[in-house]
Amino acid sequence: MLKRNLWMLLAVIALAILPLVIHHGGDAEFGGADGEAEAAITEIQPDYKPWASPLWEPPSGEIESLLFALQAALGAGLVGFYFGRRMSPAKRPDNQ
Amino acid sequence: MHIMEGYLPAAHAVGWGVVSAPFVIYGARRIVTLVREKPEVKLLMAASGAYVFVLSALKIPSVTGSCSHPTGTGLAASLFGPTVTTVLGAIVLLFQALLLAHGGLTTLGANIFSMAIVGPFVAYGLFKGITGAGFSGAVAIFVAATLGDLATYVTTSLQLALAFPDPVSGMTGAAAKFLGIFAVTRVPLAISEGLLTVIVFNLLQRYSRGELNALNIFSAKA
Repeated sequence: MLKRNLWMLLAVIALAILPLVIHHGGDAEFGGADGEAEAAITEIQPDYKPWASPLWEPPSGEIESLLFALQAALGAGLVGFYFGRRMSPAKRPDNQ
Repeated sequence: MHIMEGYLPAAHAVGWGVVSAPFVIYGARRIVTLVREKPEVKLLMAASGAYVFVLSALKIPSVTGSCSHPTGTGLAASLFGPTVTTVLGAIVLLFQALLLAHGGLTTLGANIFSMAIVGPFVAYGLFKGITGAGFSGAVAIFVAATLGDLATYVTTSLQLALAFPDPVSGMTGAAAKFLGIFAVTRVPLAISEGLLTVIVFNLLQRYSRGELNALNIFSAKA
């Protein structure tokens, strides 16, 4: 199982890196797809005005990436905690 | 896949909210019942929610030159059913709307519908169908997570097409445009999500047999 999981993990990493290699030195901006959708809306209906705006926006890109990192860290921490507990020998009996 | 704040006409925003609300309420009640009946699955539920949290924070580059994030809902949907996942997904979407200005409160209903309702229902149906047909859990969860993810992005595209039909080519033309942005880009990323979810599922099969049995994950085969 370990070996198969490792291969799958490598495939995931490759799928994430491949686009960067393909577009190396090229045209791609790697902006968000959400932003592209916004642009498409403006193209279809140039006079559409968003009628609501976010209550709070991260004041800078730095803060935004901080919060994204926090989101990922909290999630990964909990998933790690879960497997840490389940894999510990003392907890084995309920995993039989 | 977030529809940005204010980018849905008011009637659509309200409409999607009305459609999504019953799923959230029903899911919350399912969680209460499940936790009462099977307290041993509580931590696994939290971990599945955390998995949605992690994956939806990862903006992965795609071959089309843009970035978008996986949804991570296929795992929770396969383990706990779709409406429980609706609640988990709604929490993540609320976090991102309030703290990251991704998505928004007016578009929350629409975003819940695509990421926390359609995706999980597709994933759950596929997982049950494929394990029921006798295939292994790993195969089932791969297909469920991959296509559940794609279904979310297809739904977002259709929601936008419904709200912004193209003046020349109509709704179909607009759908093609939005699908070009979201769905095509998503194919390799959906496969990534499928593979990651299989890895987690393999670990669960090895270390969390008790919980999987409590949730009757393989009841169809037994």
